[in-house]
This record gives sequence, C-alpha cells and structure tokens, in this order.
Amino acid sequence: MITNKIDIRNVNLFYGDFQALKDVSIPIAEKEVTAFIGPSGCGKTTLLKSLNRMNDLIADCRIKGEMLLDGENIYGNMNVDILRKRVGMVFQKPNPFPMSIYDNIAYGPRTHGIRSKSALDEIVEMSLKNAAIWNESKDRLKKSALGMSGGQQQRLCIARALSVSPEVILMDEPTSALDPISTGKIEELIFELKENYTVVIVTHNMQQATRISDKTAFFLLGEMIEFDTTVNIFNKPKFKKTEEYITGRFG
Amino acid sequence: MTISKKESINFIPLKTRVRGYIKHPLSLVLLLLVIGAAVIVVGLVAILIGHLLIKGVPHIKPELFEWKYTTTNLSMMPAIINTLIITLLSLVIAVPIGIFSAIYLVEYAKKGSKLVAIIRITTETLSGIPSIVFGLFGLIVFTTMIFKGYSIIGGALTLSIMVLPIIIRTTEEALMSVPDLFREGSFGLGAGKLRTIVRIVLPYAVPGILAGVILSIGRMVGETAALIFTAGTIAGVPTSVNRFGHTVLDVTGSGRTLALHLFELVQNPQTPTDRYFNAAYATAVVLLVLVVGINALSSFIARRLISKV
Repeated sequence: MITNKIDIRNVNLFYGDFQALKDVSIPIAEKEVTAFIGPSGCGKTTLLKSLNRMNDLIADCRIKGEMLLDGENIYGNMNVDILRKRVGMVFQKPNPFPMSIYDNIAYGPRTHGIRSKSALDEIVEMSLKNAAIWNESKDRLKKSALGMSGGQQQRLCIARALSVSPEVILMDEPTSALDPISTGKIEELIFELKENYTVVIVTHNMQQATRISDKTAFFLLGEMIEFDTTVNIFNKPKFKKTEEYITGRFG
Repeated sequence: MTISKKESINFIPLKTRVRGYIKHPLSLVLLLLVIGAAVIVVGLVAILIGHLLIKGVPHIKPELFEWKYTTTNLSMMPAIINTLIITLLSLVIAVPIGIFSAIYLVEYAKKGSKLVAIIRITTETLSGIPSIVFGLFGLIVFTTMIFKGYSIIGGALTLSIMVLPIIIRTTEEALMSVPDLFREGSFGLGAGKLRTIVRIVLPYAVPGILAGVILSIGRMVGETAALIFTAGTIAGVPTSVNRFGHTVLDVTGSGRTLALHLFELVQNPQTPTDRYFNAAYATAVVLLVLVVGINALSSFIARRLISKV
C-alpha cells in the first residue's frame, strides 16, 4: 500500500471575504509527482503555498480544515521553520540570492546549524549534482549566482531546496519563465527527483502534467473538480468541466 | 572596422536638423531653455567654488592648523577635531535607531496599520522642520535641563534627532526595494524572520542605507543653527583631567565645529580684508574639501559593497 505523505482534508481558505479554496480534499502519495492544474485564479497556487505555510505571510488569510504531513497537523504544534525545512519550495521566477553559487546552496544548511566547512562542501556538491547543475557550476562556485542563465538559476534554486534534505518539494510553475530546452532539463530532473522525494507541482502546461506527473488534480474557481491518476484524467475524465479544460475549450 | 559618421545611416546632417527646427520653432526654444538651465547650474557651482578657492587658498597657512586656537593664529584645528567627534557621536546614536526603526516599519509592522501611518507622518514632518528649531529644542532639553550648559554631547544628540528622519526614510526605501522573491526564498528554506533580514535583506539594502548616511553626514558637517545653542561656540577641544591626572576629551564640554567656527570668524571682522575674513575663507575651503572628501570616501565604500553583491 502506498502511504500518503500529505493529507489535505476539507480545506477552506479565505483571503478576507474572498473564498479561494472550497472544501478541498486531496491525498498526496509518497514519492510520486502530483500535479495541480486549472485556469488562473483557481486556487492551485494558494493550496500549494499553504502546504508549507507560505500563506502565513499574507495578511487576512484564514484557513479551515486539516492538513497532515505524515499524519502530523501542519497547522498544529509543528515549528514553521522545521516544516519549511521538510517541505521545500521552488518558485515561479528563479530567485537565487544575490550571493555566490556556493553561498546560495550553503544558506539553507547554515540556517539549520551546519557550520563545518567539509560538511558544507559535501552538501553543496551533492545538491548541485542532484539538481543536474554540478558540471556547469563547479568551476564558478565563488561567482555570483546572478550571472547564470534563467534555466541554470532555476536548477540552482532546486539545488538550494534540496540542500536542507526536504521530504517534499513544492514547485510553483517552475518552468513558466524558461525556454523549452531549460524546461526539458527541469522536467527530466523532476522525474529523477521522485526517486527520493515527494513532488507537488503547479503547472499551466497540460503536456507538462502528462509528461511528469503520476496524479493530477483539476481545480476550477476554488473547487477541486477531479483528482485521479494522470492517465485517467487526460484519457477518460469523469467530469465534463475537466474534459473541456484539458481539450482547451476554455481556460 | 568602424563606420564613419557620413556612412552611418542614422546620422542626421545639420541641414536636416535646422530645417526641423524651422518647422517646429517651439522645439528650438525648448532646446535652448534646457541648455541654458544646464549652463546656469554648472556655471553657478563653478563660480562659487572658484571664488572660494581664489579667496581662500592663498590664506591657508600652517598656523591655521596649530593644535590650540588663539586670537593670533585663528587655528581651525580644534574645530576640525570637534566636527569629527560630533559627527561620529551623532552617527553612533542616529544610525542604529534610524535603521532599526526602518526595519520595524518595513519588515515587522502590519501593512497599513495606524501606528505606521502616524510614524511616517511624524518622520516626514520632522524632516521638514528648519534646523534652528532643533537648535531651540536642544537648548531647552539638552543644554538647560540635562547637561546644564553647552556640550559636544548635547550638540551630537540634537544633530541625531535632526538627521534621524533622513536615515529612516532612505533605509525604508532601500528595504522596500529588496524584492519579496528573496524573502520568500529564504523563508521557504526554513530561515526565520531575523535571519532573513540580517543575511538576505540588509546586505542587499546596504548601498541604499549608506546613501542616507552620506546625506546625513553632509547635513551634520555643514550645520550651524542647531549647534549654536547646544554645542556652543568655545574655540577649543573640550577636555578635563581624569582621576589619574591625564587630560582627556570631555564630551560634556562646549566646542565649536568647523561650520560654526566659520560663522564666528565672519562675525568678527571690521573690514572685508580683515585677517578674520581671510581665515574664514581658508576655513570654508577646508570645509568644502572635508565634505567632498567624505562623500567620495562613502561612495567608494558603497561601490565596493555593490560590486561584492
């Protein structure tokens, strides 16, 4: 039996008076890629960001319901910093810090108390290798990360997320600012990542969802319309709305 | 290979340009106005500095830099030392308070809260108040109530209050210019608020913060009105004897800064060729060099910091 890494149960989310999520429940399986699809403003990014409590930064955001990580309540007694270490995030726009490549990767481990140079060196190398960017960056570790191309920066950000050895990686449209070749590289990378990590990805690109994800959830206006294996969603959707969306009739 | 001007297809010959101006005379008028304004500004600065240098440089003599001021040598050395002490003291007081306030306003205070609005209006009002008003405030609070007399520390405190709004405003701007992407990236790795501010936000904002500090130094070095009734006008570095019998700097004593020294010298002369007047010009040159020097040094530091990023 596949165990659920994350359980989202009857979640309602409000921004002030606006209801962004309506009674959403999704089980997210361990070491699988789960994709959230749907038109803009449907709440998929909102749900993603509430999985590591990044929504806490937004004033007036209220959440009802239950979200469990390994059966433990995310919004309970869990320390937020530890939660974000366990549930890492890659953002829509590559956002390397304005410092060297090495320091970008070492920032996370240092935050969590790793000081020894040799341990940091090892983490940096491992993370960059796992994010498939070691060969491009090993000779310029001390150079600014801002000198890299957009695609490289995004893989660096993935490496940075890996540096704190997370269990889950959330990706918010990680390829929307990238060219097709960089996108391809990141998709390959995501495919490799699911060996060791649970990946949740928000995407606007339906082909991307079919290429990389095991399960797909379709959102519309804050409601989760359908959740199934990606094969089923794209081949025999149960709901008309899902079918209309994936065939491009609206959205 | 280079392209000559004639070959270049985006070269506009004079004839075409003149024809254009004849067709649209208003644009010619505008052009002349703009050039005229630029010439006036540059010209005024050049005349001012030229005048200062011509009148001042010949009177810069070694005795003006003797350690002790007397009515014979009119030395500005004590005033230079006082200026440095007061500026440094004020910075030590105002910079941390200013930066911390700005961090609170940008990073911690709830967006759109009443308190923040009130603090913003207060700082804006403070920055619009003439410096003599700060001087009077200093006279009542520091000179009369706290230190019972003119003192360097009273002057420094007055100046700190005066430049606080500048530091707060510029630091706020600098912090707000840090993209939220960086903050999110840091939070996303499990870094707390403090670590995010210290390691990510502040380093990125340093050049902007430094610009505010430079501006404040300029204000302080050139200030007179706020200091007359607080630091006072004694023409020496204030000292006292400590319990071991050493003569040491005493910040509770009165001492005039360079700008105030200049002011006092001009108060004295009977005729424009008086030696007081000449010493005043020489002092003005040194003051100018000091301000330009501090600005150059600070922008050098700022550039070093930026290139490191």
